[in-house]
Amino acid sequence: MTPVFHANNLTFQYNSVVALSRLSLTIGEGKRVALLGANGSGKSTLLRLLDGLYFADSGSLSFCGTNLDPAIFEDDEFAFQFRRRVGLVFQNPDVQLFSPTVFDELAFGPLQLQWPKKEILERVDAVLDQMEISHLRDRPPHRLSGGEKKRVAIGSVLVLDPDVLLLDEPTAALDPRSQSQIIDLLIGWGDGKKTVITATHDLGLVEDIADHCFLLQAGTLVAEGRPAELLQDEDLLRRTNLIHAHRHRHEGNGVHSHPHRHR
Amino acid sequence: MTRFIERTIAGLTGTMSYVLSAEESATSGGLLQGIDPRVKVIGILALILSSALARRLWVIVSVLAIGLILAIASRMELGKLARWIWGPALLFTGCIALPAIFITPGRSVWTVPTLGWTVTEQGLRSAAYLLSRAEAATTLTTLLVLTTPWTHVLKALRVFRLPVVFVVILGMTHRYLFLLMQSAFDMFESRKSRTVGVLHSADRRRLAASTVGVLLSKTFHLSADIHLAMQSRGYRGEVYSLNDFHARPSDWCWLFVFLSVSILAWRLGQ
Repeated sequence: MTPVFHANNLTFQYNSVVALSRLSLTIGEGKRVALLGANGSGKSTLLRLLDGLYFADSGSLSFCGTNLDPAIFEDDEFAFQFRRRVGLVFQNPDVQLFSPTVFDELAFGPLQLQWPKKEILERVDAVLDQMEISHLRDRPPHRLSGGEKKRVAIGSVLVLDPDVLLLDEPTAALDPRSQSQIIDLLIGWGDGKKTVITATHDLGLVEDIADHCFLLQAGTLVAEGRPAELLQDEDLLRRTNLIHAHRHRHEGNGVHSHPHRHR
Repeated sequence: MTRFIERTIAGLTGTMSYVLSAEESATSGGLLQGIDPRVKVIGILALILSSALARRLWVIVSVLAIGLILAIASRMELGKLARWIWGPALLFTGCIALPAIFITPGRSVWTVPTLGWTVTEQGLRSAAYLLSRAEAATTLTTLLVLTTPWTHVLKALRVFRLPVVFVVILGMTHRYLFLLMQSAFDMFESRKSRTVGVLHSADRRRLAASTVGVLLSKTFHLSADIHLAMQSRGYRGEVYSLNDFHARPSDWCWLFVFLSVSILAWRLGQ
């Protein structure tokens, strides 16, 4: 079976700064994958490559067997299909919420893909309900809370019903209730038929949303495996800055130190 | 504490509260709030044109009075209108109109003691025309903006066949202006929390320049990311928009009323 994504010796750099170096990985259809790594490890860059926004400087990256390069996106048919099938939720919702109202935001993608008006209206209403943001329909994005913005940003991608959902730190800077809403949504979405790739350094989230992990450090792949296996390897997690010694004070017992995983 | 930073913060807060207040009044129940935005855009533009073309003062004042009645029926606070619109319009237009009182040739009605400048009847009439037209136009335009969410005003501009891309860029500008204003506000507040004493003028200029520089840099990064986010959802250089306005019979009636009054004002004003 052709994998959804296959990267072979993928290298990408911003001007002269290497962001990803000789990275190889394969992601199959229907998989739930977590890209783990500390800040600056290359997770966001990899997501942008997977979404066809950046292209490999060397090596290759293919989507369902088709090599992703600038030339293939010149083909309208491929570009429309790809944009319909692959959706990226950016880390900063303000980047993604550029439309004047929540309704316009959700309608943006289907409009660009030239769906019929009736279908757009029906689909937008359905996603507003699904994301429980119908009451925000006519609100401008700058009047929303962080959690609401995130739900609108996710809704603006889900409205296209993508086969592959890419998420960049979906729970970053959210309060616990908003985090739990997003996690519930990710767990329930797609009935296991959709591919979900989540970049995060929130280890508490991984076992809920992924059945396979890739661990990145300084743009290279240092480990991969099932969440339970990777999360038990404390040496590896410490080396990749995903856990650190956490000191805190116990009443009467002085200062105590133990490895701390970030949530 | 530095008054410069405080004044800047106060200015940013004032602008944001103005925007929020405008959004609230646009969604509150009132006469104009219930009318289709396209009808309002056409109707108010027609009224402004009729007052601009009128050559009789009483007609222009009547259009201004219609604006006042519409403001009251739309639950606008007249004090707010006076502060935001009538005062500034009077001040700025007055500055332009003032010399006309003295330099327009005509029948003398009064001479300024000591200076010997003569106020003419024709000069007074010219100034009155200019002031009343400016007040009528600003009142009506403000009514449109304060009774219609900004996004709907932009969409309604499409009735004049404005290109979609123009309307979309205006909408995005409004949205990100607000975001960058919030960033500027945060930057000045954080600066205030770390500043003791009075800033010298050179330091104030440096602070303003560095803030502008940081905001510009943020704008570049933001615009690059926004472009990627648009591409990610299918944007390929062409922008498409959905017009979801639905004109009801009452909206057609209001369009008829607006256009009839405008035509009447234009005819009577000739």
